[in-house]
Amino acid sequence: MAQAQTTHATTEAHGGAHEDIGFPPFETETYAGQLLWLAITFVVLYTLLSRLVLPRLSGIIENRRAMIASDLDDAAAMKSRAEEAGTAYERSLAEAKGRAQALAQETRAKLSAESDAKRKALEADLNQRLAEAEATISGKKAEAMSHVDAIARDTASAIIERLTGKAPAPQKVEAALNQIKA
Amino acid sequence: MASPIEQFQIKPIIPVINFTNSSAFMIGAAAVIVGGLLYATRKRAVVPGRAQSVAEVLHDFVANTLVDATGKEGMKFFPLVFSLFMFVLTANLLGMIPGFFTVTSHIIVTFALAMLVIGTVVVYGFIKHGTHFLGLFVPSGVPAWLLPFIVVIELISFLSRPISLSLRLFANMLAGHIALKVFAGFVVSLLAAGGALTILAPLPLLMAVALMALEFLVAALQAYVFTVLTCIYLNDALHPGH
Repeated sequence: MAQAQTTHATTEAHGGAHEDIGFPPFETETYAGQLLWLAITFVVLYTLLSRLVLPRLSGIIENRRAMIASDLDDAAAMKSRAEEAGTAYERSLAEAKGRAQALAQETRAKLSAESDAKRKALEADLNQRLAEAEATISGKKAEAMSHVDAIARDTASAIIERLTGKAPAPQKVEAALNQIKA
Repeated sequence: MASPIEQFQIKPIIPVINFTNSSAFMIGAAAVIVGGLLYATRKRAVVPGRAQSVAEVLHDFVANTLVDATGKEGMKFFPLVFSLFMFVLTANLLGMIPGFFTVTSHIIVTFALAMLVIGTVVVYGFIKHGTHFLGLFVPSGVPAWLLPFIVVIELISFLSRPISLSLRLFANMLAGHIALKVFAGFVVSLLAAGGALTILAPLPLLMAVALMALEFLVAALQAYVFTVLTCIYLNDALHPGH
């Protein structure tokens, strides 16, 4: 009996010693405790992460993404506005250019019309003077030509007088001259 | 010298409610995640500072992984996938601090997380698609006489998912920490041995330093692998047709 108890005690002692150098991961009596605390810890971890940490973290990332996107949109809008301003400027520049050209054209036309009018007036004046001068010349010529008759008469009278010693009748000389002229 | 597996021992802190060092580090990891992310995003800055950039990179990284695997409609699982990724990553990295307990070095923890993923896939798959979800096991375009074999193979492959998902993470964390402890232990043993052996002590120290760097890589990589596979499995729940 005593011996049996000793044997039992030895076995137990041996068992205890074996447990000390046993392989902890295969000691099944620790499983329940590990599973219990793993479940508690993991449920708490999952809840905290999914309710608190991850919304905050993805909120930060999403916020940044939205901010970058809106900044890019703003930049695109600014660019289109700048382009619009550029085309408006070009349009007004072209308009101003056109107006300036029209003005120049108008001025040029006015000036040339003025100078044309002046020139025409001058020409008319000159023509008038020319006509006047021509009239004077032709008057003088007619006058001179009428003088030629008198000279011819006088000369013919003088010649006849020298040749005949007696002055011919003026009517005869006149008739003779008219005969020659005709 | 302490046994290299002593670091994995579950030590009770408040036995009445089963609160152990493992529980404390689980809560610690959750507190680091929530506190860190809330601290990082406290300014809600449009131009992020360093901490906020890290938080945003983590968010975008998990979101991109999820959308790449499942498409836009997978974003309804984003809180779950993000929680899993952050919990596994933080638990892995906290375990890298000497003296700290590694929550993910226990198969029951990684298996529970894997079952959470597979359970979500199965429950959501049946709610969303009804019996059509079973089409997952019947690939289209397979000859009729092959179908029974294919269905069995698909079923086995589906059932082995939680096992491979949990074993991969568990084994990586366990093996890495054991290897680190073994090489660190060599340093102590060699120093204690005296004489010529003492001179050799820096060699395992160098090895331990190199392993430390590798383990940091593994800690992050395994969290990523766990997340990617989660996304791929969730894709089956969203689009059961092959």
